[in-house]
Amino acid sequence: MANCFHCGDSCLDVEIKHEEKSFCCQGCKMVYEILHANELGYYYDLQSTPGISPNEVAGKYDFLDNEAIVEKLLEFNDGNTQIVSFLIPSIHCSSCIWVLENLDKLIPNVKSSQVNFPEKTVRITFSNSTMESSDVKTTESSLKSLVVLLTRIGYEPYISLEDSDKKKKSVDRSLIYKLAIAGFAFGNIMFLTLPEYFEDSDFWLDQFKPFFRWLMFAFSLPVVFYSASGYFISAYKGLRSRILNIDVPIALGVAVLFIRSTLDIVMDWGTGFFDSLAGLLFFLLLGKFFQQKTYSYLSFERDYKSYFPIAVTRLVKDSFGKITEEQAEVYTVKTGDRLLVRNNEILPVDAILIKGNALIDYSFVTGEAEPIAKKSGDKLFAGGKQQAGILEVEALKPVSQSYLTQLWSNDVFSKNHQGIFESLTDGISKRFTISILTIAFLSTLFWMVVDPSKAFNVFTAVLIVACPCAIALAAPFTLGNFLRIFGREKLYLKEASVIEQMAKIDTIVFDKTGTLTTNEKNFITYEGIELTEEERNLLTGTLRASNHPLSRALYGILEKNNILTPDEFEEEVGKGMSAKYEQKSIKIGAYDFVNHQDENTPEDSFIAEQKNRTSVHISTDQDYKGCYIFNSEYRDGISATFESLAAKKKLVVLSGDNDGERSRLEQLLPVGTEMHFGQKPEDKLNFIKNLQKEGKTVMMVGDGLNDAGALKQSDVGIAISENTNVFSPACDGILDASRFKAFAAYITAGKRATQIINWAFLFSLFYNLIGLSFAVTGHLKPVVAAILMPLSSISIVVFTTIASQNAGKKLRMNLNKKN
Amino acid sequence: MNIIYMLLAISILVAVIFFVAFIYSVKSGQYDDTYTPSVRMLFEDELVKEKSPKENHNSEKTENLKKK
Repeated sequence: MANCFHCGDSCLDVEIKHEEKSFCCQGCKMVYEILHANELGYYYDLQSTPGISPNEVAGKYDFLDNEAIVEKLLEFNDGNTQIVSFLIPSIHCSSCIWVLENLDKLIPNVKSSQVNFPEKTVRITFSNSTMESSDVKTTESSLKSLVVLLTRIGYEPYISLEDSDKKKKSVDRSLIYKLAIAGFAFGNIMFLTLPEYFEDSDFWLDQFKPFFRWLMFAFSLPVVFYSASGYFISAYKGLRSRILNIDVPIALGVAVLFIRSTLDIVMDWGTGFFDSLAGLLFFLLLGKFFQQKTYSYLSFERDYKSYFPIAVTRLVKDSFGKITEEQAEVYTVKTGDRLLVRNNEILPVDAILIKGNALIDYSFVTGEAEPIAKKSGDKLFAGGKQQAGILEVEALKPVSQSYLTQLWSNDVFSKNHQGIFESLTDGISKRFTISILTIAFLSTLFWMVVDPSKAFNVFTAVLIVACPCAIALAAPFTLGNFLRIFGREKLYLKEASVIEQMAKIDTIVFDKTGTLTTNEKNFITYEGIELTEEERNLLTGTLRASNHPLSRALYGILEKNNILTPDEFEEEVGKGMSAKYEQKSIKIGAYDFVNHQDENTPEDSFIAEQKNRTSVHISTDQDYKGCYIFNSEYRDGISATFESLAAKKKLVVLSGDNDGERSRLEQLLPVGTEMHFGQKPEDKLNFIKNLQKEGKTVMMVGDGLNDAGALKQSDVGIAISENTNVFSPACDGILDASRFKAFAAYITAGKRATQIINWAFLFSLFYNLIGLSFAVTGHLKPVVAAILMPLSSISIVVFTTIASQNAGKKLRMNLNKKN
Repeated sequence: MNIIYMLLAISILVAVIFFVAFIYSVKSGQYDDTYTPSVRMLFEDELVKEKSPKENHNSEKTENLKKK
């Protein structure tokens, strides 16, 4: 079978030959033609089959005719020149970058375009004069024609409600500045102190000593007052809420270092410890910097706004009673408005269906895998995606009050519940700070008695040398390393502290649909009276004519020999289809549709049970035959995963579905796994809340918007995603679905991380003991501090890096074994 | 022997200039995307090669596209 020259998919249904190349669809061929006609054929030389099959665009971007909406999307607009940034999820290779940066060849209006590959965004500068590209009409706004053209070549921008209240995002780069200043000062101060470490009395040195020292003092000022400011603030906040966090001893150390050093040079006692001071902050900030790892194209903060459209088509009756279409912003939709929903559009509000065949896909909202058919008069919930033609609906509630969006008004989303969690470092710093202060006072007391002149020296020396640089570095470097290791193995975590949280988990709550089950595969079984060969052939023939997802799935598994093409075929959306071939008639679809003539007979329990599950019923010549049942396919290895987790953790399954799958789940999962069915989004949230009240540390594993509340409430929320390019709800981490079977391995690795940190603590305490022995005896010279401090920091970094790389190797081995 | 003051002043001035240049480059967003430029760099030559001989066909081709 030939593969498409454009997108690389195999040409399944049709193969279009064009210029001796094969294409899988007209869309792909069109893109090829557009690119070739505009001298952009190099696209295919950069990478083979780089393309993306374009989507249908008709009518989809009409909202871009509304100037208020366009204005909200534009980053800059002075009438002539406009700048816009688009998120284009389909950016994936160097050809994409190339073609998107050569947009000016395709559209004359585009002045320049720049791709940010990691973020999958393109920033386009274009002029507002009417666009004259391809067949786009000149009356359309230039933004619209830009978007339409992008979509037609397969780079569909993702525009959502979130874009409408986009604030200028300011990137916080202060950590880099602080780090740069500390590093700059560190280097220069070292260079200025070095002579004093080697020469005791030298004529030149004596002459320039004061100048060198004051210069060092000047360099240390920005370090103390800018670079270290974060530590002072954090220490102050910690003390105010009566927590001795690690920043308290650090801030104390920095302050003492600075004051002691300044006194040293003012009183001409010595060089001071400016080099140690700058070095300390440089290493500390380096640790902070290393701990950050951002996956720029993933967002961990998304809410429903990222999924909802920015505009809807509203039907307005003018004074003459004529109905006109109007593009309206979603926020302006009021109760009672008539809306038009096209194929593949997401319904942004709760509404009542007025006209049209609704086949709503709620897969992301509720986790329901199969689209649901609705009749006019039925209530539709926001977040569903229409799958079959145009609908007319009447809005029941504005966006903010819709069923799904109301979840976001829950306290969890407004409250920032950080700070409850005490990290390993904070835990050790409490004891550390108290013992250091004790040692400092005791040794000062001792020297007060023995030699009062040394008392001040000893007191400051203890605080300087005990400054827990190495302790403060242990966690950032270990966790930073693990963050990268996990990222390589497709578990993307929001921040390093999640790993520590993960190690503390004692309860894991799983969502069922989409998390334990896959979205892709279906396991279909037949129950009922066996079909004859003729009936089977007729069935396949009838299914072939239908585009319903269930029909396609069923057609895919049936044998396809001697297919009979029905003489008559009729499909009723939401019910099923009927067909006739010679004397034989067949009905396929919902139970009530297939078997409607004997409505009065009471349903037997078998049928009642099947109605709860996804099933396709069949009757031939008015006789009910049986049904194909679509069982959700569970992910590979969930039994093994649950088995290995069950030993140490409490496991719970929460599902929004009915309990049709209970018996099957009970077989698959270890005894003792709690199961709750029919859980609404708020129920899931409250369930987690109650577990936490019982003192449990809970991890939630979910996938859809319906889990968003629970993911946020839990101590660690992990979203499972089949395709990380598709967005996941707000969470602490995103796990690629293909790695689900190795779930337990990640948790073990997280445990390992905390072990490494504990070892690093021991290691650095050992350094502190050496340093303290110098300090307490009154022998701490600047040169000793200048050697000891960087040495301890660097050795901790080396130790944690080697140890975590080892753990990473072990994790990879575990993962490979499971694959 | 006061030359050392001048030398120090110059060396620190040079260091500060570089430092300011660094801060400026961070501020202007140069380090926000470190991946794309590395790819972009690779196809700049090819572009020039392709463009020069075919330049005059460009307008004609756009015409064709309009008809579609």
